Amino acid sequence: MSALISIRSLGKTYRRGNQPVPVLLGIDLEIAAGDYVSLMGPSGSGKSTLLNLIAGIDKPSSGTLLIDGVDIAALPENDLAAWRAANVGFVFQFYNLMPVLNAFENVELPLLLTPLGKAERRDHVETALAMVGLADRMDHYPNELSGGQQQRVAIARALITDPTLIVADEPTGDLDRQSADDVLNLLDRLNGELGKTIVMVTHDPKCAARARRLVHLEKGVLIDGGGEGH
Amino acid sequence: MKTGLSFSYVARNLYARKLTTVLTAAGMALVVFVFATVLMMAEGLRHTLGGTGSDSNVVIIRQGSQTEVQSTITREQANMVESLPGLATSPEGRARISREVLVLVNMPRKGSGGLANVVVRGTTANGLEMRPQARIVSGRQFRPGSSEIIVGSAMARGNVGLRIGDSIAFGMRNWDVVGVFDAGSSGFDSEIWGDGEQMMQAFRRQAFSSLVVGLRDEGSYTGFVEALMRQPQIKADVKRERQFYADQSEKLANFIGILGKTITIIFSVGAIIGAMITMYASVANRTREIGTLRALGFRRGNIVMAFIQEAALLGFVAGAAGLFAASFMQMIEISTTNVQTFSEVVFRLVMTPGIAFQVLLFSMFMGILGGVLPALQASRLEIVDALRSA
Ligand SMILES: Nc1ncnc2c1ncn2[C@@H]1O[C@H](COP(=O)(O)OP(=O)(O)OP(=O)(O)O)[C@@H](O)[C@H]1O
Ligand SMILES: [Mg+2]
Repeated sequence: MSALISIRSLGKTYRRGNQPVPVLLGIDLEIAAGDYVSLMGPSGSGKSTLLNLIAGIDKPSSGTLLIDGVDIAALPENDLAAWRAANVGFVFQFYNLMPVLNAFENVELPLLLTPLGKAERRDHVETALAMVGLADRMDHYPNELSGGQQQRVAIARALITDPTLIVADEPTGDLDRQSADDVLNLLDRLNGELGKTIVMVTHDPKCAARARRLVHLEKGVLIDGGGEGH
Repeated sequence: MKTGLSFSYVARNLYARKLTTVLTAAGMALVVFVFATVLMMAEGLRHTLGGTGSDSNVVIIRQGSQTEVQSTITREQANMVESLPGLATSPEGRARISREVLVLVNMPRKGSGGLANVVVRGTTANGLEMRPQARIVSGRQFRPGSSEIIVGSAMARGNVGLRIGDSIAFGMRNWDVVGVFDAGSSGFDSEIWGDGEQMMQAFRRQAFSSLVVGLRDEGSYTGFVEALMRQPQIKADVKRERQFYADQSEKLANFIGILGKTITIIFSVGAIIGAMITMYASVANRTREIGTLRALGFRRGNIVMAFIQEAALLGFVAGAAGLFAASFMQMIEISTTNVQTFSEVVFRLVMTPGIAFQVLLFSMFMGILGGVLPALQASRLEIVDALRSA
């Protein structure tokens, strides 16, 4: 398999006041298309930072980051936004649904950035919601859904534009065991049936075990599972 | 290609904060109400005076005298005008000309106290026939050659409150009110009419105030004016009757307009600040939501537009509410002194589509002004920072 994500000596330093805070120190990592990687490590080790860089919502301080051959750090802001809309699906720990939109509309949201017409959008959204088992909850608002259901809506939203890459930052962090399993089963299917490349940050070893590959981060460096993988 | 957040997303965010939205909109609506009321006042005045008289009548006053009350026209001048071409004639063959005399008479205002300067117009049979819009609505017409008068409906209704059977003293005589006329809410409704010759005697006047001439047809205006200007005996200002009275509304209408706009601008600063506070709160409450939208691929521009639309919608809602409240002001009638003629004029506030449009636009503009800075702040956030916020 060819590498979808190719990371070379990637560094990220934040500034707090005029104090530099180095967070990622020379990461080397390749992730093949269709892989399912879980990123583990202690709190503050830089997992979210690395995931955000891969997802194109933050910019590296040094090193290179190619996704499908594209140097996303070099893209102008609006191009990068369009790139994200087309290539990345996001799953957040706290679901991040729009409270004023119902499940249907939340899932439809990314499609508003595409040329699809209303009828096509409806088809896509219905298919996605059916896939996550919420076809009967389309007109429910987030506050009318359980955490697990909200996260499934968020997963439907993440796959609605058929992106190559799905990033998930502690997607089960706020869920009970049963809901967490539902979410993980869904991610399995996205990877296994739809061939999505998934990068998931998690604290929970049980979750991490569901992935095909485990990468361990500590104090800004990969201590295990880095490089080209197994 | 559609590349933005839907309008319903924008509207529902406003609706989701019902209480804040209502309170902010109420503050803005108050300003809108004041603004609309002022415009309605100016419009009402223009409407009333601009609706006075007809385009086929011509008013002649002495050059430079501005109002009928200040003008004098001699009998000789009147006879000369009567002989000019272009005048209409009555079925009996009389030339359509009314020699009118106008005086201002002080009458006590009822509620507010003080005195009103009421226009008393001495007119003629011709004068009455040339103003068919003035219909007797109660009582009867005054008899020529008598001390009878009829009062305009606004003078019967309003502060002055004259009634049939009242006897009022002016020009060293008592005049009996025998009828009330209605002239379609025009300026004539603020006048008192009686026999012209009687009034000249009572006020010991030798000259008329104005001449009102009926044209054979509206097109003979230019020819008539040119013929009049060629006469050496008279230096006159001539206007079509409707224009003559419309022009009398300008000073007061402009004054009301300027005063109103000044007050509105001052008040609107408060309303804009209110909108700004509300929109800043909206941005602050939705920081993570903004980060999420940006991550999903919406651009800074989409975010700015969404918040500006939200602010504009807030302004629109406020505008509609203020306008609705102001529409009830159409029931209000104002009785005041026209600064241009020093005479009492009664008019009703009038709402027009133009005013509604102007006021809604103004209200949306207030909202947008209040929304610009918060919207820019929302778009300036870095995605990761926005996502990390609670
Ligand atoms: N925008 C920022 N500005 C300054 N420091 C930051 C910023 N974002 C992250 N950091 C710092 O970088 C370090 C790594 O943060 P990151 O969120 O990547 O950790 P994490 O591994 O995801 O931890 P957790 O498991 O608690 O989510 C932390 O010390 C954090 O305080
Ligand atoms: Mg994290």
